This record gives sequence, structure tokens and C-alpha cells, in this order.
Amino acid sequence: MAAIQINLISGRTIQQGVSMENGKEKLAYRDACGILELDDAEFKRLGCFKNTNVRVSSEFGSVVVKAIGATQGPHPGLGWIPMGPWANAVVNPNTYSTGMPTFKGTPVTVDVAEDEVVLDAIALITEECL
Amino acid sequence: MAKIVTDVVCPFCGTLCDDLEVALSDDGEEILEVYNACTIGATKFLHSQAKDRVTRPQMKQEDGSWKEVTYDEAVEYTANLLVDAKKPLMYGWSSTSCTAQGTGSEIGEIVGACMDNTATVCHGSTLIAVQDVGVPSATLGEIANRADRVVFWGCNPAHAHPRHMSRYSIFPRGFFTGKGSKSRKMFVVDPRNTDTAKMADVHLQLEQGHDYELLSAIRVALRGEALPDFVAGIPKEQIYETAETLRSGRFTVIFFGMGVTHSLGKNHNIDIAIAVTRDLNDYTKAAIVPMRGHYNVTGSGQVWGWQFGFPFCLDLTRGFARYNPGDSSSNDLLIRDEVDAVFVLGSDPGAHFPVGSVKKIAQLPSVCIDPHITPTSAVSKLHVPVAFVGVEVGGCAYRMDNVPIETRKVVEPPEGMLTDEEFLQKVLTRVRELKGAA
Ligand code: SF4
Repeated sequence: MAAIQINLISGRTIQQGVSMENGKEKLAYRDACGILELDDAEFKRLGCFKNTNVRVSSEFGSVVVKAIGATQGPHPGLGWIPMGPWANAVVNPNTYSTGMPTFKGTPVTVDVAEDEVVLDAIALITEECL
Repeated sequence: MAKIVTDVVCPFCGTLCDDLEVALSDDGEEILEVYNACTIGATKFLHSQAKDRVTRPQMKQEDGSWKEVTYDEAVEYTANLLVDAKKPLMYGWSSTSCTAQGTGSEIGEIVGACMDNTATVCHGSTLIAVQDVGVPSATLGEIANRADRVVFWGCNPAHAHPRHMSRYSIFPRGFFTGKGSKSRKMFVVDPRNTDTAKMADVHLQLEQGHDYELLSAIRVALRGEALPDFVAGIPKEQIYETAETLRSGRFTVIFFGMGVTHSLGKNHNIDIAIAVTRDLNDYTKAAIVPMRGHYNVTGSGQVWGWQFGFPFCLDLTRGFARYNPGDSSSNDLLIRDEVDAVFVLGSDPGAHFPVGSVKKIAQLPSVCIDPHITPTSAVSKLHVPVAFVGVEVGGCAYRMDNVPIETRKVVEPPEGMLTDEEFLQKVLTRVRELKGAA
């Protein structure tokens, strides 16, 4: 099983919106946003099946999410984590004097982390911050 | 027979749909069904009824557990937190009414706060660009009636603004667009093959982060000058064709979203998107509209525009407004350890700021005013639940095209619960007392 390098972007999905309004403390929010969407070719390079937990790391942090097949793809070379605390654990916080963090286009490394769990939003933020 | 409330406004996204119908129980106390809304909007209304909803303020104890406190104690803590701080950050303001935003500004002015809204993580770059170069814009009604070339650049309304296409931009039959979607050519520019892109006549699947180059290439094509074979991964023939189609329409509109504002280039990407729109106006009518996210983030920029002259990133610490994104913006202030208290209302930086900023919030005296339990409330010292604006209390909100719409109250909030505006008024009164400015 190899680690792969991809370009990470994040943004809204309808499941993200619905689960957020249903309560960010619920597991449905984790299931909607604690995911990484990858193309088939990326799964081959990574050497694992879909729906495997993976660790996504950048120079700004790292987080465990579940890798699933791209629902709005293909998008070769891109990884997608819906906006939320999981994506924000690894994005580039630099604003380059604009006030706006660089949420899209973070180079990340992905490797398989089968034995690790995807935390829910509150547990994740508590573990990272408190 | 259920009671139906009509013409209800959806308080979720900047589309601000104003045609919802809500079915209430006979006594008018419970929401049974929400008609016309998309699934996100309907969920927002229905979740307000959740049995496990927090209805009283809670203070975090030494051991990490939560203890219920009264609203008066919450007001006292919040007022003292703001008055004691040298440079408090008052962030959020996008999921509440313009009146509450105005009251918040009064507090911010008295305590000398840095005030910022969620534009700082969504369309802040747009606001910078618009202030730099101006913007040729239009209302969504005008677009529904006239637009025959519709571009979605770096946005995915199928997911983020689910009824935008059906109410305004693609499907409605307007005065000059009688055949609905058949009257229009739809373009999507996105590095992913999104559900919006799948519906488009043309999908330009550009290389992520190369928006500036592609927009620049469209300007070149509009001038009939030579292009290299590929720009941003798109073949030049397709760029010439796109420019020609946009130019030949009667009314072109460019909607753009986070793909443009979040990628490197930021405000410069929007500068040039506006320049493309200007160029198109040499040939036809063209407008550009940002796809604003929170239902009243636009209103927050409007209110601060009237009050202070700037739409976000306000620094009031010297008693007058200064504005310097990159310096007076929330994430920069937090990362540089420049604020000593955090007040959040109508937003969730805990979920939507880079984690380094959230760590700073967790270390500071902090209060989170929000109907929901969120990652922000989890890292704050005090969580004050309030009524849902647009569900349990009315108030003005601005749609993404800067049209103000009065949202409606549908049901009563849980017994004894305050609204944002009521809570802020109490804090304002207490802040005035503490400052001796009553
Ligand atoms: S599109 Fe936006 S405003 Fe309209 S119903 Fe859906 S969430 Fe509400």
C-alpha cells in the first residue's frame, strides 16, 4: 500500500448542508463530511478498496477520513473533502494579505489507515483544540 | 386540518427563496411539513423542532462539563468579556437579521472590537475586487426574464443553492426567455465534473487554480487575438467558441463561487472576471453575480457599509472604522494572536475556519450565540442558544443580488428563549453600564 500525493479541494455538498442543519454533533454529519472522494485511478495507486479509512496529511495538519469513490467525477489528481472540520484540519490557512484562507488547492499525502477511526465533529475539534 | 403559512422565506442560503409554505399543527405550535423548499431548507425548519434542542445557556466548567446558567448570567459574562478585552473579535453576523447586525455594531463600537462576517471565508475576495474595480450587476428577477447565456464559474448550485437554477437562472420561463432552459445556453467552469456541470451545454473542466489564466484567455479570444493551444488545460478552440457564444447572446450572466474566491489569485481572479463582463458589454448586455452562501451575509455587508463604509474586516479599536483585509481579518488576527476574546454570533468558525484559528478560539475567553450545538460552541466557554431567525422570529435579510427581503416568523420559539436581537440588546445595555456610558 503506497502513499499518494494529490491536490485537495473542499466545498459544499447537499449532504453536507442537510446533515449540518440536522445537527453537527450527530454521526450523519461525520458520514457526510468526514470523507475523501477519489477517482478509481487514485484508488489503484493507493492500493486499497473504496470505503477504506485513510489519513490525509498536509504541512498544516492531518486527519483520518473515509475514502470513497468520486460522486462528482472523474477529476484526475484531485481529492475532495466536503467543507467542515475534517477538511479544515489540513487546509492552507495562509491568506496572503486578503483575509481569505487558501481553502482550495492544498497539496496533501494520502495513506491507508484501516485501523484508525473517523472522529465525529465535536470529538475531532475537541481533540485538536482542547 | 393543518394550518398553512404561505410566502415563507427560507433562511438558509443566499437564494432566499420566498415561496415556501409551511404546514403547522392545529394549535400552530408545531411544524409538520415544509413545501417548495429544497431538502436543506426544509431540514432547517424541521430541525428547529428537535426534541434534543438546547434551550438554555450553558457555561463550561473546569472539568469540561457544561452547567446550565440563566440568560442574565450569560449577558453578564458576555458584557464583561467584551469590556475587559483589549481587542475582542466579534465574528459571524451572517445568519441573523439586519436589525441584530446593527445592534451588534453598536456594541462593537463601544468596546472597540474587530468585527468580521463570514465573507471572510467565502466572498471576501469578491468584496475586495468589487471595491477595487466596481461591478456590472443585475437582480435575479432580471436574470430570470432576460439571461440567455448563463455561466456558473467555480460554483455548484445543484448542491450549494439547490433552487437557484429552477427559480432564477436556468429553468424559469421569463418574459424574454419563454422557453425556459431551452432559451438559455449553460456553461460550467469547474475542475470537477459536478452535478451542475453534468447539466451544462458546455463544461470547461479547467485545471484547479488556473481561473485567472482561463479568464484572461477569454479576454484574448474576445479581442480576436492568438492563444496558445491549451490554457488551463482547455483547448483553444473551445475558448474561442465560448467567447463567441457569450458575446453573441442578448444577456450574459456570470455566477461565480468559492472555486474562484478560495483558489490562489483570490481577489485578482474576480478582478479579471469583472473585466470579462465589462468586455462582453461592448457587444451585448452582461452582468456578474456572486453566489453568496449564508442567507444574510449580504445584509451584514450592507449594514456595515451604511454604518462604517466597509463590508467586512472592520477594526474599531481606535473608535473609528479601519479596514485592512489580511490585517483586520479574523483568521489573520487569530493566527497572529492579536485578539484576547472571541464573540461568535450567527456562524460556525469552529467548523469552517482552518483548525489553527479554532485552536486560538479555544484558548481565549469566548462566547458562542447559536441555536445549534456546533464545533464552535464545543470550544467556547459559554454557549447561548437563541431563536431561529426566519423560523421563530422575523427580520430583514439580503438576497445574493442585494435585494432585501423580510423573513417571516412561523412558530414560537421554545418557552423563555431569547432572540439574537433581544440578547444583543441586553448585552448592549450592560456594556453601556459597565463603560459608564448609559
Ligand atoms: S435554495 Fe436556498 S433559500 Fe431556497 S430553499 Fe434551498 S436552502 Fe432555502
